[in-house]
Amino acid sequence: MDTCAPMKYEACIGLETHVMQKTVTKMFCGCRNEYGAPPNTNVCPVCLGYPGALPVLNAKAIELCCKAGLLLGCEINPHSKWDRKNYFYPDMSKNYQITQADRPLCLGGQIVTEVNGEMKTFTIERIHQEENAAKNTHDKSGSLIDYNRAGTALMEIVSTPCMHSADDAFAYIQALKLIMEYGGISDCDLEKGHMRSDVNVSVRPVGQEKLGAKVEIKNMNSPSFIVEAINFEIARQIELIENGGKVVQETRGYDSDRGETFSQRTKEDAHDYRYFPEPDLLPVEISAAQISQWKSELPELPVQRRERYVRELGLPDYDAKVLTAEKHISDFFDTACHKTKQYKLLSNYMMGKVASLVTEKGVSVIESKLTAGTLAQVADLVGGGNISSSAANELIEVLFTEGGDPKAIVEVKGMAQVNDDSALEKWAEEAIAANAKAVDAYKAGNAASVNALMGYVMKQSKGKANPPAVIAMLKKKLGA
Amino acid sequence: MADATHMDVSYIAHLARIHLAAGEAELFQGQLDQVLNYVEQLGELDLSNVEPTTRSTAAFEHPGVNVLRDDTPRPSLDHDAVIANAPAARDGQILVPKIME
Amino acid sequence: MAGLNTKTISELSGLLEQGRCTSVEIVNDVLAAMDERDGRIGAYLTVDRAAALVQAEAADKARAAGKKGVLLGIPLAIKDLLNVKGQPCTCSSKILEGYIAPYDATAIAKLREAGAVFLGRVNMDEFAMGSSTESSAFKKTRNPWNTDHVPGGSSGGSAASVAADEAIAALGSDTGGSIRQPAAFCGCVGLKPTYGMISRYGLTAFASSLDQIGPITKTVKDAAILLTAMVGKDPMDSTTVDLPVPDYSKDLTDDHSLKGMRLGLPKEYFVEGMDPEVETAVRNAIEHCKKLGAKIVDISLPHSKYAIAVYYIIATAEASANLARFDGIRYGLRKDGADPIELYGKTRAAGFGPEVKRRIILGTYVLSSGYYDAYYLRAQKVRTLIHNDFRAASAHCDAILAPVTPTPAYRIGEKTSDPLKMYLDDILTTPVNLAGICGLSVPCGFSKAGMPIGLQILGDSFMEPIILKVGHAYEQTTGWHERRPAN
Repeated sequence: MDTCAPMKYEACIGLETHVMQKTVTKMFCGCRNEYGAPPNTNVCPVCLGYPGALPVLNAKAIELCCKAGLLLGCEINPHSKWDRKNYFYPDMSKNYQITQADRPLCLGGQIVTEVNGEMKTFTIERIHQEENAAKNTHDKSGSLIDYNRAGTALMEIVSTPCMHSADDAFAYIQALKLIMEYGGISDCDLEKGHMRSDVNVSVRPVGQEKLGAKVEIKNMNSPSFIVEAINFEIARQIELIENGGKVVQETRGYDSDRGETFSQRTKEDAHDYRYFPEPDLLPVEISAAQISQWKSELPELPVQRRERYVRELGLPDYDAKVLTAEKHISDFFDTACHKTKQYKLLSNYMMGKVASLVTEKGVSVIESKLTAGTLAQVADLVGGGNISSSAANELIEVLFTEGGDPKAIVEVKGMAQVNDDSALEKWAEEAIAANAKAVDAYKAGNAASVNALMGYVMKQSKGKANPPAVIAMLKKKLGA
Repeated sequence: MADATHMDVSYIAHLARIHLAAGEAELFQGQLDQVLNYVEQLGELDLSNVEPTTRSTAAFEHPGVNVLRDDTPRPSLDHDAVIANAPAARDGQILVPKIME
Repeated sequence: MAGLNTKTISELSGLLEQGRCTSVEIVNDVLAAMDERDGRIGAYLTVDRAAALVQAEAADKARAAGKKGVLLGIPLAIKDLLNVKGQPCTCSSKILEGYIAPYDATAIAKLREAGAVFLGRVNMDEFAMGSSTESSAFKKTRNPWNTDHVPGGSSGGSAASVAADEAIAALGSDTGGSIRQPAAFCGCVGLKPTYGMISRYGLTAFASSLDQIGPITKTVKDAAILLTAMVGKDPMDSTTVDLPVPDYSKDLTDDHSLKGMRLGLPKEYFVEGMDPEVETAVRNAIEHCKKLGAKIVDISLPHSKYAIAVYYIIATAEASANLARFDGIRYGLRKDGADPIELYGKTRAAGFGPEVKRRIILGTYVLSSGYYDAYYLRAQKVRTLIHNDFRAASAHCDAILAPVTPTPAYRIGEKTSDPLKMYLDDILTTPVNLAGICGLSVPCGFSKAGMPIGLQILGDSFMEPIILKVGHAYEQTTGWHERRPAN
């Protein structure tokens, strides 16, 4: 669908992404920001909108919002303020949301990321701080509301309509998610609704400057659904225009079962949010000194880490990209790198055996019994010729599922390679005695024949003989 | 000043989520139009160089900005008291008529 | 000792200190007065006798154990919009039916800590919207000086309970005059502190940028005592000011000289249509202050006439958002509907009275798309001018003298049919809230019909010590406060 768009029409896509910040307490009260607590236990007069309750700003949320801005190259607004956005909804306990209308904490910014092999820059308009709504669940007889999530810190990252395809939007979201995770701003757990986007889609004839009427698809958390919804919406809008119709500015929902967007609100119910300055909160002023302090505390971003893996650890760029694609994996790898110098071996195991175990067992590397320390030891054991590669894979599986001390497991399971000369000599002599044909071929100049002898030794040694040592011994015995 | 000193009471009441009874809209209409007519007098002032005051100046100056709290938890309310205050509840949650998504 | 209910906080704290009475005796006398006359006055919505007596006993025990404090064991009436843990808090509205406060307002917590006793909840205009307590959904409160007359409002129950000796003192709240005006109507002292002095946490919000809690008492000294107990920075209210807290009653001595004091007379406050008896009483009070040594200076507050227009835009706009939370979902009244929208509409239709509905609709309108700049933004700018007026005046005087209201308390039902007319009566009190400064109302005489008249003493932000000093000197040298209604 994407492919027909560039011929006559251009899609313009902007994202308003809500990110739940990693704070201990809520935005305006001291209730815990905790997922999975029994319903309505992390609530107080403030987040329930009881009579007389007043909001107080959470300093950590402000810090995280500004740090997110700094990570995205935003300017920090030296003077920001708070506003009330009025609308009635059962999940919004005061029936107004405290947000920032005209003076948000962060302005401008961009995300540079790769889309289908090409580097693209997506511009960010602003980031403002606001509060989350409660959680509703519905059944036949009504809706149930749990206010534990009400009033938790939520920031909204607003992009310009700078994306032109679903692929752009996908890359933007992935890059944003990674930056938020790396920056310690949010866990970005999509299942827990830590990151949700409102997607604005419009189309216009190529060459036209004015944007077309935009459709907003609200509250999407799955990146793959966002891709589907955008593709559907672009096609729908183009088809509508081609058939002489007009795109109506509206809010649409996405039905993932049918793969379609559908109209949600009609014009009669147009919103009038009646924004006005929040009289219960004072403005926030952020000094240049505070900004430099926060800048000095910013962690390494995925792009920077990827470069470092190539530059300092000597990894291929492919490895570096794969390892940094998820923060917890990259953090695990980083920790392991502090305990061994076998970086490439570590990388191989992370991308190979460990990754396949994660898929196979459905357990993340953090949840598994494997630690960065034990994996580093495995790499050292292989690097030092103490165990074979196949033994290493076996050992990693044991460590992943059961944990334990790698050296002890090697001992108990008899995984150690034999390097002992007298044992190797005995096996080599037996191999030469039992494989006359191969010996003859070798002596006639067929160097590869030594592999047959080697295979015999490995079999006799039950795989424990160290292959390079066996080759050396065989060659010595054959008088090469 | 807005030209209209006549508001659409029914529409505004809908925005404010108040059902008006028969006769109430008409009664309020007259009374509120009178009030709007009265506040028209603010139109006679030249306010081009005046900054708006959004809050009392005293609080604005002491200290005026950056009133923040640490990210440390405070006790939440007793769950039973929260549910006891709710007009309808089920399974520890507040029950409302079905929200149309 | 009989008639403990007629005494002041400072008198009773002396008696308690000397062991000449107990808190339980005081509370019993107050309860007896309620039994005798509240059927007639209608100040109280609910009284929890048992709880009050338990608190009084606890205060007496604490005193016996060595605890001291001027408020220890003093019974107070609480305006029904302050949250007191475990008590209803209806704001005189049906919409808060069934709501039980799960927490103490900060002001209440401070008074509880000081050992004060909470007698019960006193009537008010619904959500403090009104000037006569007639918009209460539950009952009429009558003026103890003449029960055909209103007690004023919105803190009408607070003022009536104090005037009728059904409480030693009371808490009220003042958004546009709601403490000073009923105090004037009922012959009490009422103090509206500087915005940000007393935490609003737990005060059900009407207009957040204007609301302040304050005391209604029998003397200026008692007002100073309660102020001292409630002020201070509160981590739960971002708009409280971070300043040192003095003992406001300490300087209210027997030295009643006002020598060196410059008192301003704003010409705009002697408005057209003012009752001549009010004007005479206030002019006499000014003369009296002159005799005490004060210098009287003429000042001008030129934007005063816009205060009502500004006030009714800002207060209703803020109220429209503040009262949105009363929706029948989490607490209070619910009228069911097929969906939440219908539930809201029906609940709010049944739960709010006409004055509250009118103000919510007005406030919603002035914020609505296309009208914000014309009404709300414009009002905020004029608010700046009103504040600047006071700033400019403060260069010429230390405090300002003015009437509180254009007339003494009027008859019940006299003004209910014309909201604008009732709003216009707030002309002398609303500028203080818009500027965020402090104001005190003290009795300064009576009309021929025997209704009390109030003198307003205004001070710049944080100038409470000055207005209390002027009020105390005036009160102690005139004795108007000693007159009690015939009970």
